[in-house]
Amino acid sequence: MYSHATKPGAGEPVGQLDAKDIVKTPRPMQWVGTVIALLLASMFLHMLITNANLQWRVVGQYLFSHTILSGIALTLELTLLAMLVGLAIGIVVAVMRLSGNVLLQQISLAWIWFFRGIPPLVQLIFWYNLASLVSSVSVGVPYGPTFLSWQTNSLITPFTAALLGLAFTESAYAAEMIRAGIQAVNRGQVEAAHSLGMTGGQAMRRIVLPQALRIVIPPIGNDTISMLKFTSLVSVLALPDLLYSAQEIYARTYQTIPLLLVATLWYLVLTTVLTVVEHFIERRLRRGHGGGPAATAIRPASRWRLMPGWPGSVRKAAP
Amino acid sequence: MTGEPLVVVDRVRKSFHSTPVLNGISFEVSAGEVCCIIGPSGSGKTTLLRCINRLEKIDGGMIYVAGRPVGVAVHGAKLHEMRPRELAGQRRDIGMVFQSFNLFAHKTVLANLIEAPVIVKRTPRKTAIADARVLLARVGLADKADAYPDQLSGGQQQRVAIARSLAMNPELMLFDEPTSALDPELVGEVLAVMKDLAEDGMTMIVVTHEMGFARDVADKVIFMDAGDIVETGSAAEVLGNPTHPRTRSFLARVS
Repeated sequence: MYSHATKPGAGEPVGQLDAKDIVKTPRPMQWVGTVIALLLASMFLHMLITNANLQWRVVGQYLFSHTILSGIALTLELTLLAMLVGLAIGIVVAVMRLSGNVLLQQISLAWIWFFRGIPPLVQLIFWYNLASLVSSVSVGVPYGPTFLSWQTNSLITPFTAALLGLAFTESAYAAEMIRAGIQAVNRGQVEAAHSLGMTGGQAMRRIVLPQALRIVIPPIGNDTISMLKFTSLVSVLALPDLLYSAQEIYARTYQTIPLLLVATLWYLVLTTVLTVVEHFIERRLRRGHGGGPAATAIRPASRWRLMPGWPGSVRKAAP
Repeated sequence: MTGEPLVVVDRVRKSFHSTPVLNGISFEVSAGEVCCIIGPSGSGKTTLLRCINRLEKIDGGMIYVAGRPVGVAVHGAKLHEMRPRELAGQRRDIGMVFQSFNLFAHKTVLANLIEAPVIVKRTPRKTAIADARVLLARVGLADKADAYPDQLSGGQQQRVAIARSLAMNPELMLFDEPTSALDPELVGEVLAVMKDLAEDGMTMIVVTHEMGFARDVADKVIFMDAGDIVETGSAAEVLGNPTHPRTRSFLARVS
């Protein structure tokens, strides 16, 4: 015990020191940082209040205008439909990818590669101009007679073009998510289903997919929030969504900044609402039964990802 | 009681990649018989059990349950793998209980029990529920019908798993180390259910480390080591008076 005496504090007699007397270590730099942050925040607030160009009166005038509200309705409609269609296709593509069939696997890989590789904006414009590539769509015998035929121009409205572009892109990401979810379901679940006489399809539909979807609900919620923001791309197709409605008004009135503010405020409100909803769903899943440990295994840092970025860009950064 | 052999395992060979796991295993289990398979880990007993309902494919030999080759369709002189639907039909009659329970995690206990009868056998839901309640009472879990698996102890989960298999009315039950994942104080309740089942005349093949259970319940004990059956006989013969040195050294180690 000769080293005992050389240690700092070794002179203190036992019985005198008490952990309850520990005080906070002073952190002067934290104070400096706080002051700077508060200063910047107050400058920003000051600008918001005093900068006349923001025209808050105009913002208030249009915030609940009919044009803007119907734009919000279209934004929400597109978000919902694109997610539903995207997920439905994603499930099929994921199951194909995991099937033992090499052809199906290759098709699913090609689908994912294709729709993950094309910017959604490019896709939207491409779908919109499909008529220039294929003038009519028909049902019939390949290279033989046709029974039904549609003009592509009547089939592909701006809305369907937007829906296809958004949904197909989402489907590629959803497929990868759902595949991970399916693979996260314990192999024993399938074996138990098989041992009870279920076929592969029954086991997939009844046992694996319900559990896999539960696992991927948090990332799906995340994608929904991203989708809401990405619907703003459809403004290039002159679809009157939230952004385009705002643009429509300022094209007439030249009140660009206040109307962009209207759109900004609404996007923030909508993403915040979705984030809160997602938070509650996640909490329920964590607390709820049947999810088991798997439901909490994939925990995305989703709540902090309001930053722009295509669905899953953080999660799947490394291919 | 012992008439026709219900299960015939005939010269079964299996290897994983190039590692042989089963080197030509043969034995028979008659209807109503309880057969315990014991042996050191890695001896191939679990693999053998999984071959009987074709969760694993075999490389050679043949397994018959109720006179039909398992997983193999015979067309004249040609053998084919069974179509998935046909194999599923064959598996209905073979219950299996897993070491890790494998209850459907997203379903309540009752839903676990009625799932296969309703989906596979198309039993009317009401009938299935009534049957399930009887089975739950039998394994002593009538009050847990609405619980989820993760709310149950290991012993309770395993009893539910047994009831779930029984819900399909199998003619054969396979048990893969059913108590190995359980805390020691929970082993007894599961073994009691299995014993009850055996006394009821169920044909059972049990891979186990519970020598007490084998001694009390088994009509036949098979000792496996390194992919071979080393010794077969009644519980008294194999456990009480083993002839082979490998059996003796194993029994000395586990008791």
